[in-house]
Amino acid sequence: MELIIQISYLLAAIMFILGLKQMSSPVTARRGIHWAGAGMVVATLVTFAAEEITGNEQASTNVILIIIAIALGGGYAWYTGKRVAMTDMPQMIAMYNGMGGGAAAAIAAVELLKAQAAVSGGYASSVPDYLGADVTILAILGAIIGTIAFSGSIIAWAKLDGRLNSNRLLPQQQLINLILAIVLVAVALNVYVVGSLNLIIAFFAIALVLGIFITVPVGGADMPVIISLFNALTGLAVGFEGYVLGNAAMIIAGTVVGSAGTLLTHLMAKAMNRSVSNVFFSGFGTGPSAAASGDEDGGTQKEVQAQDAGIMMAYASQVIIVPGYGMAVAQAQHKIWELTQLLTDKGVKVKFAIHPVAGRMPGHMNVLLAEAGVPYDLIYDMEDINADFANTTVTLVIGANDVVNPAAKKDPNSPLFGMPTLHAELSENVIVVKRGRGTGFSGVENPLFVADNTRMLFGDGQKVASELILAVKEL
Amino acid sequence: MIEGLAAIYIFLLAGFTGFEIISRVPVILHTPLMSGSNFVHGIVLVGAMIALGIAETTSQQVIGFIAVLLAAGNAVGGYVVTERMLEMFKSTNKQGEKK
Repeated sequence: MELIIQISYLLAAIMFILGLKQMSSPVTARRGIHWAGAGMVVATLVTFAAEEITGNEQASTNVILIIIAIALGGGYAWYTGKRVAMTDMPQMIAMYNGMGGGAAAAIAAVELLKAQAAVSGGYASSVPDYLGADVTILAILGAIIGTIAFSGSIIAWAKLDGRLNSNRLLPQQQLINLILAIVLVAVALNVYVVGSLNLIIAFFAIALVLGIFITVPVGGADMPVIISLFNALTGLAVGFEGYVLGNAAMIIAGTVVGSAGTLLTHLMAKAMNRSVSNVFFSGFGTGPSAAASGDEDGGTQKEVQAQDAGIMMAYASQVIIVPGYGMAVAQAQHKIWELTQLLTDKGVKVKFAIHPVAGRMPGHMNVLLAEAGVPYDLIYDMEDINADFANTTVTLVIGANDVVNPAAKKDPNSPLFGMPTLHAELSENVIVVKRGRGTGFSGVENPLFVADNTRMLFGDGQKVASELILAVKEL
Repeated sequence: MIEGLAAIYIFLLAGFTGFEIISRVPVILHTPLMSGSNFVHGIVLVGAMIALGIAETTSQQVIGFIAVLLAAGNAVGGYVVTERMLEMFKSTNKQGEKK
């Protein structure tokens, strides 16, 4: 039986890797998740036959508890996962990821508690004497990483879900975090050497608080990077706990996710021109409002009515639509696609320009447009379309802000400085659809809105899109 | 059991595999792939089951129970949202072909 279990775990690990591989191409992506899912089912089922579970005196109780826990946790996730709106996907991923990190930490907790019980019962002299030095070290490391990913992901979820808006917790937050991290390491060492129950409890409590403290100051715009990083960290924690339990599937799958997630985090940060350390230590959103307001050049935003905007677009030779998260929140993507089809019928060339971090994370906007039925070949990446803005009659910016902020190119004082942007300002006309006059997600002023060739079209994205459709139809 | 040098080999090779997978992904699939990798570390469910399985005292059972609960949420939730996202790419493809 042991052999069958081990082979099944190996099979599961292979299916995860092949599944992820297939997920890297749109054509095979769906098959990929099915393969990975099948691997998960196999691994879960054979685990019921594992000797650790069947050999325990409490086996009957524990197996029932396992089934109840899977039903409750899985049921909750199934329900929420099926219902969540596509726009809210990033925070759901954060939530599920946090759960994984918490699970890894809880595994470490059970191992440490067992070792502690053995020490206090006189069966072992210390925690590493019971578990082995290597296992103890990796259990503690996995516990730290998993716990931080757990509490940090929950904060990330709360922030993206609009339940938590504060970026400030304590004065001198970075210093406090540093001290807390040092204390955590000291306590972790004591868990290793002394291993008393109180130390173990204090250890987890400090790690929980540290995860919260690290994540709270991170600005909203940097959240995708943080979620991706926590995803990688959870993978690593799972890999470490896999070593603790001697489980090949966990080691392989966890480490693959750990390294893949690290690279993905790096790619995301690069797209936003932020280094990962920057995200954590410079507190985006704490300085920018002051820096940007000093740069008022006194321009005013010029309004346009939907009717005129519609006419401009209908007689354009080329229209580029720059969608942002605001469009998705207003559920305007279906209307925008309808507008696109109308314009195409009138002989206007319509393209969609997607910034790498449009939406809430790379690829999020593509998912949202796909949901509305916009075909691939109209959607262009930033590098492919930036040269094309100069040949464009009208650029329609809808619900996007920071990704078209020209200050990122010109103004060294702007907090966005250096971030690659879509060069919407180069097109003949720019129409910006926006709900109000305020700043965007990152709170940075946008000089594009007061530029001479820019007209503002205020209103809810969906309503404006309907008006535009009407205006084009009437012609 | 996997120990010592063998474990280091596995960690290293798995690490390279992860890098290799991501380095060829188009930007449009980054979010689904992050979600997919989030699902894959849901394998922690297997470890959580063992942790609850080896529990002997009530406090260990409570923590083990929480571990399985959270891990099941990770695995099931990760699968459901990834599936939903990738489903859209399929429908896009079809529409694209029709056009």
